[in-house]
Amino acid sequence: MPDISINFAGIKSPNPFWLASAPPTNSGYQVMKAFDAGWGGAVWKTLGVPVVNVSSRYGAINYRDTRIAGLNNIELITDRPLADNLKEIEEVKKYFPDHAVIASLMVETKAEWHQIIKDVENAGADGIELNFGCPHGMCERGMGSAVGQEPEVLKTIVEWVMEVAKIPVITKLSPNISHIVDPGLAAAKGGTNAISLINTIKSIVGIDLDSFAPYPIVDGKGTNGGYCGPAVKPIALEMVKELTKHPEIKDIPISGIGGIESWRDVVEFILLGAGSVQVCTAVMHYGFGIVREMEAGLLQFMQEKGFETIYDFKGKALPNVTEWKHLNLKHKVVAKIDESKCVGCELCYIACDDGAHQAIALSTENGSRVPKIIDENCVGCNLCSLVCPVEDCITMEKRDDGTQHVTWDERTAAGDIPTTFDDDRAGGKHHFVPTVQDALKHRS
Amino acid sequence: MVEYVKPTNDKEFQENFAVKKPLMNPTEAYFESSRCLFCYDAPCIQACPTGIDIPLFIKQINTKNTTGAAKTIFDSNWIGNACGKICPTGVLCEGACVYNHQDVPPIQIGRLQNFATSHAIENGIKLYAPGKANGKKIAMIGSGPASISCACELRVMGYDVDIYEAKERPTGLTLHGIAAYKISNEEVIDELEYLQEQLGLNFICNKPIETKEQISELENDYDAIFLGVGIGPTASLNLPGEDFENVVGAVEFIEELRLNHHQTKVPQKVIVIGGGNTAMDAASQSARLGAKQVILAYRRDKDAMGAYGFEYKLAISAGVDSLFNAQPIGIVGNGKASAVKFVKTENLNGKLSNIEGSEFEVEADLIIKATGQSKQGAFLSLIDGLELDSRKRIVVKPDSFQCTNPKYFAGGDAVNGGAEVVNAAYDGKQAALGIHQWLNS
Repeated sequence: MPDISINFAGIKSPNPFWLASAPPTNSGYQVMKAFDAGWGGAVWKTLGVPVVNVSSRYGAINYRDTRIAGLNNIELITDRPLADNLKEIEEVKKYFPDHAVIASLMVETKAEWHQIIKDVENAGADGIELNFGCPHGMCERGMGSAVGQEPEVLKTIVEWVMEVAKIPVITKLSPNISHIVDPGLAAAKGGTNAISLINTIKSIVGIDLDSFAPYPIVDGKGTNGGYCGPAVKPIALEMVKELTKHPEIKDIPISGIGGIESWRDVVEFILLGAGSVQVCTAVMHYGFGIVREMEAGLLQFMQEKGFETIYDFKGKALPNVTEWKHLNLKHKVVAKIDESKCVGCELCYIACDDGAHQAIALSTENGSRVPKIIDENCVGCNLCSLVCPVEDCITMEKRDDGTQHVTWDERTAAGDIPTTFDDDRAGGKHHFVPTVQDALKHRS
Repeated sequence: MVEYVKPTNDKEFQENFAVKKPLMNPTEAYFESSRCLFCYDAPCIQACPTGIDIPLFIKQINTKNTTGAAKTIFDSNWIGNACGKICPTGVLCEGACVYNHQDVPPIQIGRLQNFATSHAIENGIKLYAPGKANGKKIAMIGSGPASISCACELRVMGYDVDIYEAKERPTGLTLHGIAAYKISNEEVIDELEYLQEQLGLNFICNKPIETKEQISELENDYDAIFLGVGIGPTASLNLPGEDFENVVGAVEFIEELRLNHHQTKVPQKVIVIGGGNTAMDAASQSARLGAKQVILAYRRDKDAMGAYGFEYKLAISAGVDSLFNAQPIGIVGNGKASAVKFVKTENLNGKLSNIEGSEFEVEADLIIKATGQSKQGAFLSLIDGLELDSRKRIVVKPDSFQCTNPKYFAGGDAVNGGAEVVNAAYDGKQAALGIHQWLNS
């Protein structure tokens, strides 16, 4: 049985599954219930001076019949008195001493920071997370993402915190910035023990077509919210990678957040170097029980791959994440359709013809709807295999023999790259393109 | 053995005849429409006789443009609601759905079609209006699906249309001839009234056209005439005893059932003779009306039946027994039929022959003949220059549906000899375009 326990910047947890600071960690009741269900840690809903919330707080993107492909929220930090939260933290730690309870914090002045850190340490919290991320409401008051977007301010506050903190400090970053390394470096220089990311993305999730107001609608008006859920995972993965590959940040433990719902998502974040993961939307959608699938899947994966601990594969994908200029230009794949599986929807044909490189032809055999790949036109873009509704029907076959390896970087060094507008070395120079008139052939 | 209890009131009738394709609720429609792949050059469209842009209307349902979905359907098929219910979708659109090739259940196209069109009908959403009056008048003879479809299309183009119907109520086969578990009378009438409110179709009911004089009058009064006369009553089998009161035609039996519901009298033992879809309907409905024993007797073997496989299965699931290779040779009885006399048959080198000495009798209190309908040959012979083929079907040009007498156009069962309502809907619409082209050339 693999060991999935972690030691994250000194915070010990029976598994890497933590609840993110959000509505599911609003109370001791919820955190206890989560630990009982199998979660290893919880980042408490952000503590500070309690807020007043609005009614109507979430909006969602549904994709066809899939509910909440993305979730947007305008709820603020805790609206409960600090004393109540501290009391509950203490109780939870009594029942679950080996689970990780991390207090998320967001206050304004240095004095407030020093006071609240002392308070949560006294309550028995295992760590602190600094909320520099919320892109709605709190940022209008100079907190949350307003800090995350100003690396100098962020660094100063981290320094205030590190002056007094006796337990590990995690700095949570906002993705609402063009270069995540800047706040990441600022946190590192401020002395943070760890970093977590991403917080939610500033968003308008949709507009009501009858009242002409953005969701979620509060008495006819709306505001931007923070976007999360499965839709944001690719953005989160990229930002995690930016930090875990950065020479001055890579040794700082990273807690990955953003659209995690299944064991596969968890493994992906760990492969990119995350040492723990935090989940919110999936729990808001399915409840705490979703962790069963994550744990079972993670264990199965580790067993199959022969990994004994999380650290056996943490960051294992990083060497394979490179820059475009280092990709092998000699690598060649071509699509292949398994005729026995094809249902004849012809989506690959139209996707390729309208949306890619005109490398798929309709069948000319009477009655057949199995399209044909035109090998010489196929650039190996994968689009057909992505639109195909049948499992493993279209696969991408390797066609180069693996003996050649030339990158853009190498070609640049050799002076072998297109340099003028009509350069003969243009990659698509001899590639098949139909005539413009061919587009209207169906009319005749 | 039949397990249906004889219905004694309309509620019990409705239970026994519960529709096979019930209306979807919005959640079901949303989930089902989400499954559509939006195939290129979709096979479902190709399989639809009226060529409805099915992936488009399904996507419209999915994006909550249900009204737009209804318009997509009606644009191709004026009786899109009825067709959604009564079409043999399993062998048409749904049968062509690519999901079938991976053993995934096909999209329930018929029910989605009903969801969209019912939304428009129930909410009285107006999608069409009569075109600017062009001063031309067209007569329809018969008010079945072919005529209704033709009339709607003509109204949109600005023609005046009068529809002559011999019976008390319009819609022909749709109301009188379709199995009751496929569509209710109310649903047929609702769709007609929906079209009527938008386009103002002028029905002249209880007005059979039967004489040469009437025909001459129509020819004088109208610019063109559409023949949507369908086919006639059940044909005679020329069997001794066929005139007994308890020997009836399937078409007539179904019509009585559609109009009288649970008051239709069905005794304990029923024999239905025939192997087509009408035979299946008659057998299945006899069972649902509470007959204790229903036997479907067909002169050839099971594989030779004209009925769709799913129609046969439906009859069997209603408790109907089948008797194959049984040729009826007489009706036994004394003033009233008490049995059918059969002889066994065999297939010898592709030819059906009776096996000598194999005669046997099967008891019955009601004998339903579903062995084909007579054609309207006598009436049609009153029209000058109207050519019929050897099977008494009206000969028309393939695209315009114009008859050999150019003032006449025809479609539906009178032309194809008996097919689906959806075929009639297509014919009628095409004929309207044919009429328009002819009058403007």
